[in-house]
Order: sequence, then structure tokens, then C-alpha cells
Amino acid sequence: MNREQHTGFLKFITYELKPKGKILTPFNVISIITILAAIVILAIRFTSGLGSVVHASQERPWGLWINFNVITGVAFAGGAFVVTFMVYILGLEKYRPIVRATVLYALLAYIFYAGALLLDLGRPWKVINPIIGNSFGISSVLFLVAWHFILYMGSLFIEFCPTITEWASLKRQRIFFASLTLAVVIFGIALSTLHQSGLGALFLMAKPKIHPLWYSEFIPILFFISSIFAGLSLVIVLETIGQRVFKDNMSFLHKSSHRYIMLSLARICTVSMFVYFFMTVLVFLHGKNYTYINSPWGYWYLVEVLGFVLLPCMFFLYGYRRRNIQIVRIAAALTIIGIILNRLNISTIAFQWYDRSVHFPTWMEIVVSFAVIFVQILVFRWIVRRMPVYAESPSWVTGEKQNKSFTLKDKSFTLNNKRRKKWKVSTK
Amino acid sequence: MGINRRNFLKTLGVVGGTLTVGKSFGAPDSIKKSDTEFSGILYDSTLCGGCQSCEIVCADQYGFPYPDDEPVPGVKRELIETRRVVVNCFNTSKGEQYMRKACNHCNNPACASACLTKAMLKTDEGPVIWREDKCMGCRSCMIACPFDVPKFDYNSPNPKIQKCRMCFELLQEGRQPVCVENCPAEALLFGKRRDLIEIAKARIFAEPEKYNHTIYGEHEVGGTGVIYLASVPFEELGFRNDLGTVSYPEFNKTFLYSVPAVLILWPAFLLGLHSASVERKLNKQQKEEES
Repeated sequence: MNREQHTGFLKFITYELKPKGKILTPFNVISIITILAAIVILAIRFTSGLGSVVHASQERPWGLWINFNVITGVAFAGGAFVVTFMVYILGLEKYRPIVRATVLYALLAYIFYAGALLLDLGRPWKVINPIIGNSFGISSVLFLVAWHFILYMGSLFIEFCPTITEWASLKRQRIFFASLTLAVVIFGIALSTLHQSGLGALFLMAKPKIHPLWYSEFIPILFFISSIFAGLSLVIVLETIGQRVFKDNMSFLHKSSHRYIMLSLARICTVSMFVYFFMTVLVFLHGKNYTYINSPWGYWYLVEVLGFVLLPCMFFLYGYRRRNIQIVRIAAALTIIGIILNRLNISTIAFQWYDRSVHFPTWMEIVVSFAVIFVQILVFRWIVRRMPVYAESPSWVTGEKQNKSFTLKDKSFTLNNKRRKKWKVSTK
Repeated sequence: MGINRRNFLKTLGVVGGTLTVGKSFGAPDSIKKSDTEFSGILYDSTLCGGCQSCEIVCADQYGFPYPDDEPVPGVKRELIETRRVVVNCFNTSKGEQYMRKACNHCNNPACASACLTKAMLKTDEGPVIWREDKCMGCRSCMIACPFDVPKFDYNSPNPKIQKCRMCFELLQEGRQPVCVENCPAEALLFGKRRDLIEIAKARIFAEPEKYNHTIYGEHEVGGTGVIYLASVPFEELGFRNDLGTVSYPEFNKTFLYSVPAVLILWPAFLLGLHSASVERKLNKQQKEEES
């Protein structure tokens, strides 16, 4: 890279770093104030200990940052592995327009929500211990989850790299990263399967502490299945908001396919939610849990399972059959509330349920929780306004592809000659 | 795409490898390789007079403030970040009885299995110890411990997990834990766990009317290093009777065993699925081009 190109690149970056659009919008003001407040709170937290900021409890050692930001937030990042599975593995091209936004959302979710784990660690300077050195607690579920978070973040980053290279006009690098896509997608799906269920497996040893309505040895499987529709519901909400907020950055293909994609996602949500509901009922009957149902805990359980699983499932079905996208959106919102309820029930509300003292997070905990979400949204918006996430890829990408005799929209579908000969597939 | 012999053998190798190696990888060691026997403590509640000597010498040994409250019936004093052992008084069917609470030093501890840095360690000698240089403060030991023993120091920028370590360093010197050494009523007894269980059984056998005929910790949560004798059922002394006799790391076992299998078989399956979908796509494209 010669000097001229170098200064050009720097100019490009400094130009892109400047904010685009109005600065003093209500959202910006609220989010910036929250983030500034969170920085002050975190400064206190790191100088005087966790107890000065969070609701310190020896009985419920994990507070809002872990139970809400990490455990719940990561469930919503499940959309990435489902959508990449459909597009790259099953080759369902109709979902291609939403791949990039979903992957970007998941990447940021993992960076910031798994990053929230660092805020909650009592001794964060030791965080390197399970990663390097001789301190591998391989019999620990958290060890597995931590490693999978790191590896999956890398996978998502590589999946997102083609978008970054298109933005920075790095043609050669784009080809390289695009060729890795299929491998990291497969790796990422395997990792997601394990760490989404692993988040549930964290609570397997807390058997005597979680109310029997929520505890079962199937928590990992339930966590995995629910992450499918949790992720897709979040994609529906994200796309709905994106259609309004980022309409200037959006390609025609993306705009026009929105309705169709949302309805297709609604169908997948219906099926996966029904499977989840069915499994919940099986666990309920198998554990003879009906003995607990006539109690306040039982009613609360029914609210979660009937009101926020079965009901949105029906809404999804109805919305899909009536081709009514509004109902699908309502269903997605209900599902998101339901997932938050489910994760918080297992990790906080029904955890140490026999302990009568009320556990409520402090306002400072809540401010930091929201600040983490706001930072994620701001970074998401910064990237979407600049890189071809919703927008069309630059012409050199599409042009380059058309020159090839064999195109299936993406490099990952380009079979090498050797295989083509072996399978006797003609490409003409 | 047919399956030829080579591919078949490859798959067989991978599956076989997973099934054999998988077991030794990522799962807790249930069989101890060392032949050192676990040490333990026998606490006989019928001998305890609630004098708090154990609390005081423990505080002294580890630099904690002395307790400023006494065991009173009906008031449950808890373990806190500055108290590793606590004696409580309970109103029971046989009058006021004292009961001690500290780490039970499980044979197969949940806290050590939950720890991702091996900061919580079950030593070959028996004590479960916490190691400052390893711990990153995630508090999953507190989530996992069925007895709620580990306590976290919330009010320090350099927090520690506090729990009884059976005076591990003193044991290395050939001494006994300070609480056992200083118990005036001799309610505490230190020794090999196997011997302690026999002593406990002998005591029950010698005075069958005096004792409740169970030794708490003999089988609970897979056996604990600290075992208890009492005159009344243990529920009356603040113990939980629903913890079961399975060691807690067993609950994770199925999940952890499935990890290597999923990591190897899942990508293979996905690759196959991908190939199938590409093939279908190519056929479709071919047909379109022909027509």
C-alpha cells in the first residue's frame, strides 16, 4: 500500500466516523444520557466493589446484568444461526435479504451482551484464566459457554466480513472472506446449538433451588428450541423497525421482499413454538408438575406458558394464514416478552423461590443494563448507515459475479471444478 | 453422491473416536486416581454446647471480626463473607439443639464442577479449597452449591469467595483444622472419612436411644467430607431433606458428554445437507436452462 492510498484510507475512515443524520433526536439524547450515567456507575463499581452498585445477594448471586443481558440477550441472538442455516445450508434464497442484518445484530449482541459478563465478574482481570494457561475447568458448563461465545463471535465476524470489505472497497479480501462463509456458518451453527443449550445447562446443578415447575433435566433442550423462535421474533421486530428507520439505506429487493419474508418467518415461528409448547407439556406431565399448579407459582407458570408461548404461537399461525403482517408483529412482541419472562423466571424469579425476601435490582443496575442495549443499537445504526447491510452491494461485487459462468448469488455455492466433474454436473 | 468404502471407514473412525475419547473429555472425573483417602470432620450435635469456640478460632485464624451475636433458638444466623463457620440453635422435639454450618467438603462437589478456572478445587486429601489466583469472580459456584456455602465479598474491589477450607495448609503441616483442635466439648472429630463413618455408626450402635439413626453426609449429594450426628431428624436442625443422594456434577454429565458428539456429528450432517441442497439447486437450474 503506497502512501497516497494510505492517506486516502485514513480520510475515508475519518469521513465515515462522523455522525450522519440529525444529532439531537429524542432517542440520541436519552441513550447518550443513559450511557454517560452508566459510565459513572461503572466507575463506582470498579472502585468500590459490586455491592456499591448492584443489589448484593448471597442467595441470588447473579443479578440483572447476567440474567437479563447475558442469558436473555444471547437467546435473542439465536436468529443468526437459524437464518444462516436456511440460507447457506438449505439454500433458501428468499431469506437472503435479511442475512446481513441478522448476522450484524447477533455479532453486536454477542460483543455487548457477553461483554456485560465482564461488568459482573468480581475479578475481571482474571478473565484470561479459562482462555489461556493451565486453569481449564473442562467439567464446567460455563467454561464451555465462555469458549463458545469467543469462537462464535469470531465466526460471526468472519460471516460479516464481506460486508465490511464491500464498504471499504477491499476487493481481494472480500473474495477471501466470502470463501470462508460456508465453513464458519457450519461451525457457528454447531457452536450455537451447544451454547444456547449450555446457557440452560448452567442451571442444571441448581436443582434444589429452582421451582420444580421450571426445573427439569430438559432445560438445555428447551433453551435451544426457544432460542430459535426468540431469535426469529427479534428479526421480525428488527426488520419492522428497520423498514421505518433505515428506509433510505434499504435496497429495493429488501423493501419489496419484507412482507413475504415476515410471513415465512411467522410460519417457522409457529412450528418451532408449537414444538416448544409440546415439549413443555411433556416435561410438565412427566415431572407430575400438576401438583404445583394450584398455587401462586402455578398461576405464574400458566401466565408464561399459555399467555406468552401458546398465545403468540396462535397469533403467528393466524397472522400467517390471514397474510396479516400486523398480527405477526404483535405475536413477535409477545414472544419476546415471553422469552424474557422464561429466562428471568429460571434465573431469578423462581430461583430460591422459597426465600421470601424480595429481590429487585437497583436503579443503577437497570441503567447499566439499558446502556448496554443502547450502545448496541447505536453501533448497529452506525454500521447500517455506512455499510451495505440493508443496502445493495456496490456494483463491483454484482458485476464481478455476472462475469462468471456459474453464479448462485454467493461464492459459497460456487463449486470447484473437481467436484463438478465428480458429480457430472454441467454448469452451462 | 454414493458412499464408498473410504468414506465409510472415515465416518466409522470419527464416530468411534467420539464415542471412546468423548467419555474421557469434558466430563468430571468420577474415579479418583490417587490412593489418598479423603479426610473429613465428624460433628456430633449432641455434644455441642454452642460455645462458639469454632467461630472464634476460625475468625482468629483467617483474620475476620469476632462474632457479635450468639446462637439463639429460632434465629438463623447465616454464613457471611466474614464468617466461614456458624453455630445455630434450634427448638426441636428433644429441646434446644445446636447445629453447625460450614462447607461440607462434598466428595464430588458441585462448586468445583461449576468452576471454569478450577479455582474451586477438590484436593486429593479431601478439603475443597478456593484459590485466589485462579478465580475470576463469576459466582457460578454459589449457583451450584446445594448448601449455599460459598459467599462473595460484594463490597470489595478485589472480592474473594469465602468458604471453609478445612484449614488445608495446617493439614499439610500434619495439624488438624483449628475448629477441631479447639473444640472444648469434643463435638468435632477430624480423621479419614471412612473411619469417621465407622465411629459415627459405633456411637449410634452404643447409644441407640440418644441418636437419630442417620448420618447426614454419608450418602447426601454423593457423600460429604463433613458428616453429622444428631439426636433429632435433620429437618428440625435446618437441613434440607430434598437434596438427594446423587452427586451434583451428575446432572451436567449428559449435557457435557453430548458436547464432543455434537461438535463432530453436527457439522458433518450440515455439510451433507448443504451438498444435497446445492445438488438440487443445480438440477433445477439445469432444467430451467434446458426448457
